[in-house]
Amino acid sequence: MSILRKIPGAIGSRFLTIYAGLALIYLLMPIFTVALFSFNDPVGRSNYAWASFTFDNWFTLFRDPTLVDAVGLSLRIALISTVIATAIGTLMAMAIVRYDFRFRKAMDLFVFLPLATPEIVLGASLLTLFVTLRIPLGEITLILAHVMFNVSYVVVTMKARLSGFDMRLEEAAADLGATPWQTFWRVTFPIILPGIAASAVLAFGLSLDDFVITRFNAGQVQTFPVYIYLKVQKGIPPQVNAFATLFFVVTVSLVAIGALMQRRRANLK
Amino acid sequence: MGMLRRHPALVPLMLLAPGLLWLVSFYLAPNIQMLASSFWSGTLETGFSFSLNNWTNYTDALSKYQEQYVRSIQYGFAATLLCFIIAFPLAYFIAFKAGRARNVLLFLVVAPFFTSYLLRTIGWRTILGDDSIILGPLKAIGLVDPSARFLDTPFAVIAGIAYNFVPFMILPIYVSLEKIDRRLLEAAQDLYASSWGAFRRITIPLALPGIFAGSLLTFIPAIGDFINAELLGNPGATMIGNVIQRQFLVVRDYPTAAALSFMLMVLILAGVTLYGRILGTDELTSKAI
Repeated sequence: MSILRKIPGAIGSRFLTIYAGLALIYLLMPIFTVALFSFNDPVGRSNYAWASFTFDNWFTLFRDPTLVDAVGLSLRIALISTVIATAIGTLMAMAIVRYDFRFRKAMDLFVFLPLATPEIVLGASLLTLFVTLRIPLGEITLILAHVMFNVSYVVVTMKARLSGFDMRLEEAAADLGATPWQTFWRVTFPIILPGIAASAVLAFGLSLDDFVITRFNAGQVQTFPVYIYLKVQKGIPPQVNAFATLFFVVTVSLVAIGALMQRRRANLK
Repeated sequence: MGMLRRHPALVPLMLLAPGLLWLVSFYLAPNIQMLASSFWSGTLETGFSFSLNNWTNYTDALSKYQEQYVRSIQYGFAATLLCFIIAFPLAYFIAFKAGRARNVLLFLVVAPFFTSYLLRTIGWRTILGDDSIILGPLKAIGLVDPSARFLDTPFAVIAGIAYNFVPFMILPIYVSLEKIDRRLLEAAQDLYASSWGAFRRITIPLALPGIFAGSLLTFIPAIGDFINAELLGNPGATMIGNVIQRQFLVVRDYPTAAALSFMLMVLILAGVTLYGRILGTDELTSKAI
């Protein structure tokens, strides 16, 4: 390794910079392609090859009613499953971080298991359960499934946030005569709110984009990813790229606003 | 509230109850049901019946789809390795060299998650296409054969899988690198360690938990993936995920499909345990996660 030692630091570090730049291009190139092809006016049905520039796809966003329904269903499922998963996941994380009970370690592992199980197994096993119990597949089974995988993500995120929580704040509130209920809503909740918001954004994004588990448990209904999948053979309309780009811009803006607000709060302190 | 004050042990239980109930009903119960279904015989039309004699479902499935298991393991390994090669230098750069740009770069790393997974994979079809921005110019200047293709090759599938899961490798490695106490590296320098020596003896060992977590978080989804093989690969070279989804959703041979996915689970658990043993610490997982 004497050769490595002789490489002047400057060249090594420039090489690292270039390498990191290339890695980032690799990460971002497909996103750029998705956005770019929302402005494509494809020849024929498939939207794989660049033809000519147009704004039309953005003006005809709602043209295909099946696509609009699919987007609506995806947003609805994402919203409902995010609310449920964030609520019950936050409670679970509080129990695991703050209380010492007998099966705490086992609980920690159990919550983590769904994250270590391949999505295809999660989706397939749920399907066998629903088939056996003769539960009809559709929006309800999708919400049940999405809450399931989101709970684990919320617990993992919230555990990290809660472990830095200064318990003396709650003790102080109790000393000053606050009831546990008041302490939670006036002290604990405002402090953990950024963590809850971060978990909710994560859960919403995961639900909106989930394909594998959804594919197994959707029955005849179509979410946005299922719509895309079913259109792969026939050609994906460019409006799909426009919707995906819109979602990207909205989530990125939300995350950026959230980060700025947190920084401002930190500066005020 | 009165009851809770008298029995404080009930508080964690009540906090846990809703989430636990959900995970037991929709994670644990389905997996048990899947194990039971793998011992079924019959069809959707005639109905299914359970018998332990149906363990032959496993041997039949294994002998029929051995090729796909082997290919999934190979692709999973290759993709994980590729992820590591891409992720480590980038994570190192973000942790040690990026300075104030650190948060922006971390955000760019997770940015792919904010666009549709399927569309990004289809995006690779465009990028790797036969006359695309990569192959087009190479063919024009005669550097590669005009009939050369990326699509429908194992290379395209592995690159696609690696692309999809590389953020799961970057983030844990970044976290473990970022935690390294910089004074350790200064001390090494003061004691005349070369920069390579310090890297090998301090940075790498301390980054191991991140590397461990990262490779599990990429290998597990990689081995079960079927989207990349379907969209970027050759239809003749499928992975086990393709078989499972076909058996469940098209053929509807639930017993075989359940046996196949249960074996995939066991394979992964065995792999994870073995990997933990090789790296020598059970603590690694808990620390990294």
